[in-house]
Amino acid sequence: MSQIEEVSIDQFKHLVSERALTGETMLLNMGPQHPSTHGVLRLLLELDGETIVNAVPDIGFLHTGIEKNMEAKTFLKAEVMTDRLDYMNTTGNNLAYCLAVEKLVDLDVPERAQSIRVILTELQRIASHLVWIGTFGLDLAAMSMFLYAFREREQILDILELCSGQRMMTTFIRPGGLWRDVPVEFEKAVRDFIKSFPKRIDEYEALLTKNPLFLDRLLGIGKLDAKTALSHGVTGPTLRASGVNWDLRKARPYMGYEQYDFNVPVATEGDTYARYLVRVQELRESLKIVEQALNKLPMGPVRSDNRKFVPPPRSEIGVSMEALIHHFKLWTEGFPAPKASIYSAVESPRGELGVYLEGDGGPKPHRVHMRTPSFDNLSVINKITQGHLVADLVAILASIDIVLGDIDR
Amino acid sequence: MDKKLEKIVQDLQGRFGSSIEEFRGEVHVFVKPEQIVDALTFLRDKHEFELLSAQTASDYWPQMAPRFHVIYQLTSLAKNLSVQLRVPVNGDQPKVPTATRVYDVANWRERELMDMFGIEFEGHPDPRRILLPPDMEGHPLRKDFPLGYEEPQFTFNFEEIDLRKPYAKE
Amino acid sequence: MGVEQKLGNMGVVTTKLEELVNWSRTNAMWPMLFGLACCAIEMMAAQASHYDMSRFGMELMRASPRQSDLMIVAGRVSRKMAPVLRRLYDQMPEPKWVIAMGDCASCGGVFNNYAIVQGVDEVVPVDVFVAGCPPRPEALIHGVVTLYEKVKGEKFKDYAVEQK
Repeated sequence: MSQIEEVSIDQFKHLVSERALTGETMLLNMGPQHPSTHGVLRLLLELDGETIVNAVPDIGFLHTGIEKNMEAKTFLKAEVMTDRLDYMNTTGNNLAYCLAVEKLVDLDVPERAQSIRVILTELQRIASHLVWIGTFGLDLAAMSMFLYAFREREQILDILELCSGQRMMTTFIRPGGLWRDVPVEFEKAVRDFIKSFPKRIDEYEALLTKNPLFLDRLLGIGKLDAKTALSHGVTGPTLRASGVNWDLRKARPYMGYEQYDFNVPVATEGDTYARYLVRVQELRESLKIVEQALNKLPMGPVRSDNRKFVPPPRSEIGVSMEALIHHFKLWTEGFPAPKASIYSAVESPRGELGVYLEGDGGPKPHRVHMRTPSFDNLSVINKITQGHLVADLVAILASIDIVLGDIDR
Repeated sequence: MDKKLEKIVQDLQGRFGSSIEEFRGEVHVFVKPEQIVDALTFLRDKHEFELLSAQTASDYWPQMAPRFHVIYQLTSLAKNLSVQLRVPVNGDQPKVPTATRVYDVANWRERELMDMFGIEFEGHPDPRRILLPPDMEGHPLRKDFPLGYEEPQFTFNFEEIDLRKPYAKE
Repeated sequence: MGVEQKLGNMGVVTTKLEELVNWSRTNAMWPMLFGLACCAIEMMAAQASHYDMSRFGMELMRASPRQSDLMIVAGRVSRKMAPVLRRLYDQMPEPKWVIAMGDCASCGGVFNNYAIVQGVDEVVPVDVFVAGCPPRPEALIHGVVTLYEKVKGEKFKDYAVEQK
């Protein structure tokens, strides 16, 4: 265990303005334990009165060593680590990792599995945005928002639990398909959700969108222009709120996203309110995708039958010796991957979630790098908070929707 | 390879004399460390690669001679293209010029690489550790750094581990 | 400090008072609003409308350690976070309790590596461990109720001995 150490201002000289050295401005520590930093983020604030001169983030309080740990596991077993990265978007992380593995070893995924993957990741996107809207409201003193949003989130978690037996860390999407087919109750559960949810979004909007207190806190706060955003690698809804229409689901469709009809919400203002509007509209668009995918859900297998890479289903093991051998081999040794590297990216609720995956000819990855969107999105925080009040910092931080597990990995 | 991308890669090759590698439709262009800032500026200004999607590194110790590859994944939103630049760096004193003047995001990404791989970025404005505690020794993502595995406690070795585990006091 | 030290060694006289104090402690236990990782989301879910932990006297989450009795370590503790966690624990007033929520906080979970503390009991003394990755809200509530059982059995005498 390391120790808390005393540091002098000299070590932070290059990060704060000269006024801080003479004591004209005040240095204030915010976090790592603070209710509005959404986890264990620490910010070093330089304040002139109540105005922010500089906000320097200090991250790494949740550094988990996921990338190193994945190198020590086989391709199949390393997947459990990805769930715990961005814990709001677990199935999305599974999808990103599985797409990378499938690209590296050249695997095909059956169509039914593709559709179910889309349904689950879009549901997860809604759940993630629900947590965001709940905590966003909480930070802006709209406590009831939190209670409403979590009520609907439970419905989605129930669906995930129905499929996989777990509420959050499902590991349901596997390289080459899914763990198993969804149960028969799945369709009804999703249909119920599709039916009830649009009314709920209307309720949220009735509470927030035109609420004068809410508007006062958001309009014109934390403006981010497109050029700064791109230079800082900002992606996802935060980038789209700054007027750049860039969504990987549209630009580089994966998992058959090209067959679904949906819009990419874009706003041009780039302030905190624009980011709120984009995310709320995304709730509706995701619901549209879920409905379309469910309507044309094809029948068929949910796992690739390439037995060199994909373990056989449980039912086969009892009757086929060969299946048993494959099962044993794949779970004890794993499969070899070519000595090459690939980069594949998906659109997570926060932006571009990329996986750099490198094989070395053996059963374990040589290097896995997760390009996590929150990391880059947070790096812009100093530029967009300068000149605002401390209370606005809370709103800005909430509006870019950071997840600390995603930042620190 | 995509036609538009082929032109860009040829342009890059003509200017920097770099070799290329292709795998599953992805293009990797090898660039020397001293050329990387020019190559990035060239791609950003001439070919609209305005997004540095990812910047990472890979350690090839002990098999390969330039031990590290620093990897720059670039995306062009306007043309919907991606290209990867790879910079092989020597193992004993890994040094690469910083890309912070080209892309702002490189600031944190390079701090992460400094932290995790011990690669030095010359001219970096803020060379501190970013993810690990300041008093940590070593660079975890290097291949010669141990994972730090602790033996799990089971019924058969419960007492043995219980004795040496540093339990906290009130 | 307080009544328990003064009355600690008088035995039978304080038994009823003990019960009263322990009862009041269990029914108004204020946890610290302190989330680390994935489990924090389930802790939020346990607080929210569907599971509603305030049925068990957990109405109020306090953001300041000075005002809280219970620390729920919800998530993995990294080596960088560990000294901060210890300082937060030291800042809490007596009596205080700790619940290690989830596998990562209890034993390191799936992350057996250089970055994660293998069990938060290396940093702070833990009263109740809750298993699961992440534990369901019901599991957390069960952990809390288990802690109540423990608190109800506490004796002033033990406090008196400890303080010497």
